[in-house]
Amino acid sequence: MNEKQRIRMWSFSLIAGFFLMWELLCIVLGVSDLVLPRPSEILVTLWTKFPILWPHILQTLYSTLIGFSLGVCIGVSLGVLVGTSKVAYSVAYPLLVGFSSIPKVAVVPIFVLWFGSGTTPAILTAMVICVFPIVVNIATGLAKTEPDLEDVLKTLGASKSEILWNVGLPRTMPYFFASLKVAITLSFVGAVLSETVASNRGIGNVMMTASSNFQVSLVFAGLIILAVLGVVLYALFSWLERRVTGWATRDTEIAIT
Amino acid sequence: MNILAHPADPADPVETVSPTAVPSAAATRIKAVELQQASVVFGTGDRAVTALSPTKLTLEQGDFVALVGPSGCGKSTILRLVTSLITPSSGAVLVGGRDAAIRHLRMGMAFQNPTMLPWLTIEQNVMMPLKIVKPFKNTFRQDRKGAFRDRVHTLLGQVGLKDFAGHFPWQLSGGMLQRANLCRALVHDPDLLLLDEPFGALDQFTREELWQILQDLYLDRKPTVLLVTHDLREAGFLAKRICVMSARPGRIISDEVVPLPQPRAIETIYSPEFVEMTQTLRALIAQVRT
Repeated sequence: MNEKQRIRMWSFSLIAGFFLMWELLCIVLGVSDLVLPRPSEILVTLWTKFPILWPHILQTLYSTLIGFSLGVCIGVSLGVLVGTSKVAYSVAYPLLVGFSSIPKVAVVPIFVLWFGSGTTPAILTAMVICVFPIVVNIATGLAKTEPDLEDVLKTLGASKSEILWNVGLPRTMPYFFASLKVAITLSFVGAVLSETVASNRGIGNVMMTASSNFQVSLVFAGLIILAVLGVVLYALFSWLERRVTGWATRDTEIAIT
Repeated sequence: MNILAHPADPADPVETVSPTAVPSAAATRIKAVELQQASVVFGTGDRAVTALSPTKLTLEQGDFVALVGPSGCGKSTILRLVTSLITPSSGAVLVGGRDAAIRHLRMGMAFQNPTMLPWLTIEQNVMMPLKIVKPFKNTFRQDRKGAFRDRVHTLLGQVGLKDFAGHFPWQLSGGMLQRANLCRALVHDPDLLLLDEPFGALDQFTREELWQILQDLYLDRKPTVLLVTHDLREAGFLAKRICVMSARPGRIISDEVVPLPQPRAIETIYSPEFVEMTQTLRALIAQVRT
């Protein structure tokens, strides 16, 4: 426990030190706040503009979470489909890799073309960007079911769905939650990306507008908000991961009930 | 005393084998397992590998047969035939008088790897078959906290794991996991128990301890057992009959009854006649290895 606290203290100091260095360097080198505003300025902007920023934060979170949820649904179904059948796996894999290797910036214009600018393309971008890691992880987890165990269950006369339900899916949970951590951050990136290109709401749009108005400290305030939101979302899902799949990490505190 | 007697099971395998046969007569005639010149060939054409030459093997109900032989001789292939995980390339495999694919008899299986599910407690792991096998699965929801729980606990008590029911698999040693594995293979009162080198990964003392536990469990509920092992003493201590297989492509070259009454004490394995028996088997296997 002591060790944990020390590590926490150090990472906090690292963050504080980073901003302190930034502040000091700006002052010492006399950097113009049009190029790089000082953290203290950014904080002030953040504080004064917060009432204006708040709806945009909600908007970005909304697009991210809706897109993410849709992505999870699609990802899980595709993953189960692909993971339970060797044939489906081999057949679908090239297509999946093809889709995943398309830079997601490239699909935003298409979504805008189809649905106009606004919330819809943001949600869709957040969705497509997070599907692939989920599919791959679910499929991998399912494929990793121990053959011996499957034999034991088959010998008992278990049906395919019983094996999937009792062994396949629980075994996949650690992979699934690991992929959720990646997916939620990706979704967030996707939503912001789409907002910067085609939306008049959301943090992405705020930053875009601010930069064209040379409100540099507002741009950085947006960045800080994005970083904080990203960390919070990530932390949320790693907490969930530990709660649900503690058995995979052999954490005694969680495992023993 | 059989604590885990069959619940009222309308489809009791022995009695429904053949509608024309008299149940009691059927019980004496129907073999638990019958391999009728069954062979297994993997692959086709030039790359065909014969894993098992046409083999004849019969297990009476309540029999305990050990299969020994050099590694890769098709011992496990026979188990996989009986459990219908693979189908014979020629010949037939009958279990309880019917094609093995029907899975007419209730089967339990244990491997060298305990394959406990890490997210379940030992109790939940052992209970797993009751969730899957009829007729238990029909009442699983009502009974898992009552009758089934007691059943699991009795069994865990018999193998000395009473205090570990609530533990997770990673908190147990290899020997303990293997005991839990045996419990899982037996909890649904199988007619046929298939063991594939179950004690292969354990140290000598733990192994001997588990032999005794297995012997007790066997004598308690008398399932038909087919044990694959490469430990001759294990075969001699536990089995009623020992079948020796030749190197690949495997076939059974010797089928002998162990002339020692059961239950056997662990000291038996150091007796002269036991040693002589294992020596003979050993010589036989050494011969066919090449």
